[in-house]
Amino acid sequence: MSVPADASSGSPPGLRVSVDLNLCQAYAQCCYAAPRHFRIEGHEALIYDPAPAAQDRAEIERARVACPVQAIRVEDPGRGT
Amino acid sequence: MAPSSDRAVVVGAGLAALRGAEAMREAGFSGPLTIVGAEPYRPYDRPPLSKHVLAGEIPAGATTLPSNLGADVEWQLGSPIARLDRTSRTLHRADGSTLPYDRLLIATGTRARPWPNPHEGRLSGVFTLRGRDDAAALRAALAAGPRRVLVIGAGFIGCEVASLCRQLGLPATLVEPGPTPLGRVLGSAVGAFIGAMLTGRGVDLRSGSEVEWLEGEGGRFVRAHLTDGTRIDADVAVIALGAVRNTEWLDGSGLSADPGGVDCDATGFVLDTEGQPDPCIAAAGDVARFPHPLYGGRRVALEHWSHAAMQGIHAGQLLAGAKPESPYAALPTFWSTQGDVVVKSAGLTEGADAVAFTQGEPGSGRFIAVYGRAGRCIAAVSVDSARWLPAHAEMVAAGAPFPPQGTAADRPSKGIMVLAPGFP
Ligand SMILES: Cc1cc2nc3c(=O)[nH]c(=O)nc-3n(C[C@H](O)[C@H](O)[C@H](O)COP(=O)(O)OP(=O)(O)OC[C@H]3O[C@@H](n4cnc5c(N)ncnc54)[C@H](O)[C@@H]3O)c2cc1C
Ligand code: SF4
Repeated sequence: MSVPADASSGSPPGLRVSVDLNLCQAYAQCCYAAPRHFRIEGHEALIYDPAPAAQDRAEIERARVACPVQAIRVEDPGRGT
Repeated sequence: MAPSSDRAVVVGAGLAALRGAEAMREAGFSGPLTIVGAEPYRPYDRPPLSKHVLAGEIPAGATTLPSNLGADVEWQLGSPIARLDRTSRTLHRADGSTLPYDRLLIATGTRARPWPNPHEGRLSGVFTLRGRDDAAALRAALAAGPRRVLVIGAGFIGCEVASLCRQLGLPATLVEPGPTPLGRVLGSAVGAFIGAMLTGRGVDLRSGSEVEWLEGEGGRFVRAHLTDGTRIDADVAVIALGAVRNTEWLDGSGLSADPGGVDCDATGFVLDTEGQPDPCIAAAGDVARFPHPLYGGRRVALEHWSHAAMQGIHAGQLLAGAKPESPYAALPTFWSTQGDVVVKSAGLTEGADAVAFTQGEPGSGRFIAVYGRAGRCIAAVSVDSARWLPAHAEMVAAGAPFPPQGTAADRPSKGIMVLAPGFP
């Protein structure tokens, strides 16, 4: 997971991600699309990065679109939602 | 739609508040909108706090929730509301400042129930877990390598913390007065499997035990004394005794509210002490108590993430002037991640008189349990079997006959095991 320990540095505003883990069925498509930001532990425990860096937006967008149950929500302050 | 000069205020700045405010805007409410929060933070996600934040994988401050609210929302954070005056439609703060409203969303959630002895609860090394700051402080204590972590209360958060300590390689003791972990929500039949899983991961599980007092030395927690005389030496104690609803600020408002929640009608408007709805005020999330149509109109207050999001949206639409076709009736659902095991549920288990294992083998650690009452399915719980849950959730929503027939796709020839659920 590539979250800076202190997100208050001068870098461009990062993304915000949340996953509705009730909807998530651990299909893992997000993990293929953005392996640095989503992974499955055990059988079906999805672990994700809630604050990816702005330059990772393409990857995160791929993951969001790939999710078959539309469980991933993204806010991109650099571009509006 | 009512004139857009109406002022809307959302009290509370959590998930229900955020989704409620978004829904108001999406439903076309264009008047001034203010969100007031007691904490100094924009709405953030709580579930990761007891999981990846404690594990040190993400900082507590990285959990801010995504939102599509724009600059046309005023945030007043770090400034709790102390009192509601419905006659003048005014919110009051402790410093005497006021905030008028025409439409109000109550979304003040809950707080962690504190340890009953305040002196012991203030010892350094004693923690509760509800907010970002709590999680950051507890994470720091776990990272310091305590000799042992004592978790008091084996509800979802207590079990998550105990599992997580084991993932971090920390010795952990989990003390629970009931016969099994999660007994109140899942019953002891299913709770026993969760207990076996925790024990298998090295949690020192003390079911049927109660902590009598917490001992400190020089202001630091050093050990707990159980009612049976046992002592447990530990450097960290996590109090996981459930939640108390934040309704004190409604005292004197004439609304029907107590530590169990603020009452709403089936539509979502809050009720006064006479049982009459106030059409200017709705409530949503952990703080709201409402009659659930799926459960015969029984009043329930749910403490689940999806419920806060969905009821927030419902209440926001209501306050924006939308006339709902039907009462809020979403099937209650939640998930919990215990270490790397995922427990999910659909429906409410309360009042179940039987539980059937329809999928997988309980002993294998992956299964579905369906709860029945008077011959109908009322809830389903999956353990590492989330893919089977939606089909079971449909049976619950439809009140399908219990025990369910023909659901055990993996073992068509075997019968379904039906047990007493073991509720206290
Ligand atoms: C550690 C933890 C782990 C969890 N894990 C899960 C999980 O895995 N799955 C699941 O389904 N659910 C989980 N939950 C429950 C879920 O997070 C809650 O159901 C959800 O946060 C409820 O949202 P809410 O907006 O109703 O209330 P809250 O999130 O409690 O937000 C209410 C806000 O109102 C503020 N407030 C209170 N009083 C006032 C006042 N007088 N004036 C102004 N503001 C005020 C509070 O400070 C708070 O910020 C977890 C909860 C916790 C604490
Ligand atoms: S793609 Fe969607 S369903 Fe699959 S693991 Fe990711 S979030 Fe979950």
